[in-house]
Amino acid sequence: MATNERQKAAMDQLTTVVGRVYDQMRDGDIPLMSLPLRSKKNIEFDSRHSVWKYGSLQTNRTAKTVQGAQMMLRTVYTADFINAMIRENKSSTLREMYYISEGWSHAKFDSQDESNLLAEDLEIIAGCMREDFKLRPEESGAHLYGNLDIRTMTKKGMKDFNCIDDVAETGFAVPYNVEREIFEIRKTDAKFVMAIETGGMYARLVENGFPEKHGAILIHLSGQPGRSTRRLIKRLNEEMGLPITVFTDGDPWSFRIFGSIAYGAIKTAHISEYLATPTAQFIGITPSDILNYKLPTDKLSDQDVGALNAELSDPRFADAFWISEIQAMLDMKKKSEQQALAKYGLDYVTDTYLPEKLTDMGVL
Amino acid sequence: MRSDEKDTAAPKGEGTATAHRLAAKQQEISVTEFFEKNKQILGFDSRSKSLLMGVKEAVDNSLDACEESGFLPDVIVRIDRLAEEDYKVYIEDNGPGIVHKMMPNVFGRLLYGSRFHALRQSRGQQGIGISATVMYGNITTGKPAHIRSRIEGEDEVAWQMDIVIDTKINRPVVTNDKAFTWDGKEHGTSVEYVTKGRYITGRQSIYEYLRNTAIVNPHARIEFRDPEGKVTVFERATEQMPPKSKEIKPHPEGMEIGDLLKYAHNTAQKTMKAFLKSDFSRITDRIATEILELSGVSPDAKPSGLDRDQSVRIIEAIAKVKIMAPPTDCLSPIGDTLIKKGLMHVLEGMRPEYYATPVTRPPKSVNGNPFTVEAGIVYGGEIPSEGQVTILRFANRVPLLYQQGACAVTKSIMEIDWRRYGLEQRGGKGIPFGPAIILVHVASTKVPFTSEGKEAVASYPELQAEISQALKLCARSLKSHLNKMERKQKTHAKFEIVQEILPDLAKKSAEMLGRPVPDLSRTITKIMNVVWIEPSSKRVDKRRREVSYEIYNYTAQERTLRLHMRLPRECVTLAMFKNPRFLDMNDEGKANWEVCGLAPSTSARVSFELEGELADTFDIDDVYVSGINPVHVMGAEALPGDWGIKGLEITETDESDLAEEEEEAAEAEDLGDE
Repeated sequence: MATNERQKAAMDQLTTVVGRVYDQMRDGDIPLMSLPLRSKKNIEFDSRHSVWKYGSLQTNRTAKTVQGAQMMLRTVYTADFINAMIRENKSSTLREMYYISEGWSHAKFDSQDESNLLAEDLEIIAGCMREDFKLRPEESGAHLYGNLDIRTMTKKGMKDFNCIDDVAETGFAVPYNVEREIFEIRKTDAKFVMAIETGGMYARLVENGFPEKHGAILIHLSGQPGRSTRRLIKRLNEEMGLPITVFTDGDPWSFRIFGSIAYGAIKTAHISEYLATPTAQFIGITPSDILNYKLPTDKLSDQDVGALNAELSDPRFADAFWISEIQAMLDMKKKSEQQALAKYGLDYVTDTYLPEKLTDMGVL
Repeated sequence: MRSDEKDTAAPKGEGTATAHRLAAKQQEISVTEFFEKNKQILGFDSRSKSLLMGVKEAVDNSLDACEESGFLPDVIVRIDRLAEEDYKVYIEDNGPGIVHKMMPNVFGRLLYGSRFHALRQSRGQQGIGISATVMYGNITTGKPAHIRSRIEGEDEVAWQMDIVIDTKINRPVVTNDKAFTWDGKEHGTSVEYVTKGRYITGRQSIYEYLRNTAIVNPHARIEFRDPEGKVTVFERATEQMPPKSKEIKPHPEGMEIGDLLKYAHNTAQKTMKAFLKSDFSRITDRIATEILELSGVSPDAKPSGLDRDQSVRIIEAIAKVKIMAPPTDCLSPIGDTLIKKGLMHVLEGMRPEYYATPVTRPPKSVNGNPFTVEAGIVYGGEIPSEGQVTILRFANRVPLLYQQGACAVTKSIMEIDWRRYGLEQRGGKGIPFGPAIILVHVASTKVPFTSEGKEAVASYPELQAEISQALKLCARSLKSHLNKMERKQKTHAKFEIVQEILPDLAKKSAEMLGRPVPDLSRTITKIMNVVWIEPSSKRVDKRRREVSYEIYNYTAQERTLRLHMRLPRECVTLAMFKNPRFLDMNDEGKANWEVCGLAPSTSARVSFELEGELADTFDIDDVYVSGINPVHVMGAEALPGDWGIKGLEITETDESDLAEEEEEAAEAEDLGDE
């Protein structure tokens, strides 16, 4: 669908959502909205797409409680706001919407989290993407470096870029919307994609000439990857047939970064088939790496232990590899960082660690 | 009493001679001299306390005198600092005045006064106070007290004089005695004296004493100028004088041998039987005979000839004979309305959230003296919530500021488990914590104090039990208020939904869809499913207050119900009786209203005006409902069975559609993933 049509559809969907609330009031009923329960209890494996999606559990928002009534009011205000933006061809950040809600009396958001969650609720209810609502996140944060030709929208229209020749060492900044109309992936001779958690490691690999030497496209995730980053990873995988690898710190939170890339995040499980890349592979740092490479470590904090235990009951991590790795980390009570590899010198990661791991995985 | 003996070290073997020699030296010292050496017995044991005691004695006397003569008290207190520890104290009242020739005795002779032999509820029970104050000033500064007084009457003239007390003979020495014209003063007395003292602020200050006095004496106006020149006026909160307390004869129970001898020697009766019958309460002819038979004293013996041995036997006999408890109608409690009024008036600045309905217990007696206990609790607002609650103790309308720990009031408070009533308390014992002020008033013809300083009430079990009872009743209404507030907070949420959020939702969605705003009444009925009673009150002017109850029927069926509340009767206006929803009101001010056939999604209003000084003592949240299942009501309690009024029977049957409250699933726990 072209942009205009998708946005028209989004407007119609939102109007329908509001119409349902209206009809219930007109009929003298208590307004009620059903949503999939957005919790790890309600995550199911979708074998068609090989990703994790919401299951059949529903949660009801009813106007009987202040919270429910308020959420419903916010939904209506937000839907109205989005429709107005689409009509006037404007866009706004989620943060801007949070501030705009100051004028919405009882529908005012109390925190940015609330407005973010509501935007996702609307995607679910309306079956549209946030991007169609002209709502964008504050920043994408991700950067791309590697021999890849792209064509993307600039102030002066569509322009071509090579992600080594035409960019600084920091790489190409991934925009919030990477859909085809404004972001075309044209050509690459790269052999694989490596998503990297920390900026330090990304800079190390660029400096050491790793992408050029091994034919890699590097993507710096800067923490939990945003939606456009995950979408781009998936497109590189699907359109260019590139294998995806993920290189993170060795701690419980890094496992979740991998989970959201490979399996789909709980928050966005309604659009996992757009965002998740089921064939993505985890390089490390694994608890086994910590032992095998004798890496310097830190002690697990109480929060770390809590996060690991939560992962043990997360259906996405319920396979033999993850259970044994998580259990191993719980047993050793230690975690480690990507950059701990510098213990063996600055080139160790590019000359030894990554070639060994990637060869084992069959990528190199 | 013996004088101090300096040379008692008599040589041995000369015992008899020494005893005689000493006997010559031994003499009765005057009461005044005794007290001079034992100031602490009267409470003059520290500089700051001395200053307070003087003011207290004078103000107590002024209030007693005004009440006895039926004048609404106007009391002025001024304190000036002359030197580091020298203060000039001035107290003026508008009492009946003192006749000229009695002035020296009243102010210059200890233990003088009419009250000493009378039994009645009064502030100054021993008649020792004001002259002790004058004496203390004399002793510490050498300056006389200056007294002025004028009695009522066109022809009367005002007199003034300076008085010092000759402590050897307990007699006043008067100088500068002369008549004068007291401009603008119709009647009243003033006393001015210079004394050593120390002016302090805080819990045991003169300010605190006057403020607390104002609480339990709402009929008094008290003006106070402190040494800094700052003037505070506690205005009169009511024109209503407390009923006069009646004098009663002593009750034989609890009488000491000395008391009996004193009464017997002073009586006008000629025989023992007549003496017992007419000078005591509750002694009938039969009981008098019985006592005299048991004690072996002749009924015809002269009372003046009663000896110590006989009086011991009479006291023993009294203990064996069954005698009715003393009459109790001689007491004059403050009463719940005026306690509340006094508290509200003085504590207004703290904006308390709640005044628990004060409790006045029925009179009981201890040791032959009738007493009654009153209690009140003030809660919340700006009353400090850190630390222990404030305890205000009163005996016969006099604040007790010292010896809190030794007092029966404090002990009773400490023994109650306040946690059950919504206050914090460590281990359910001790003084509770929280934003509360607890007031206890003990009124009696003879308050049993622990000492002559009259600072703490003695812990007789009968008395303590009554204090506990009164406090628990008060505490129960505090607890029910706290429960009510909690419920109110919860129900307020629903009100917000139907009054604000849903209308906004209807309007906004209609606007977005370009459709008419839907009628919400059926939706609202489904959400609320209650009859909502919303009280409100508005001050019309200084004396008038408009109270109204909006009754919304948010249920699916028509409702008929009654509202009940207890109003201050004297504040009800005639217009109320014409209100079509008004049914009736009884002697206690319990008023009944009926709302008939209130259709679903409609509302009705019950409103009335209260006029007069007690108008603001009515708590608008104290409203009860009948004729409807209370689970379908928010904003009013079910009419209690012991309210003494029969409410409307419930005739309607409710469809059992009390919707189950479903909780929204906690879902956000692991959304922090992305």
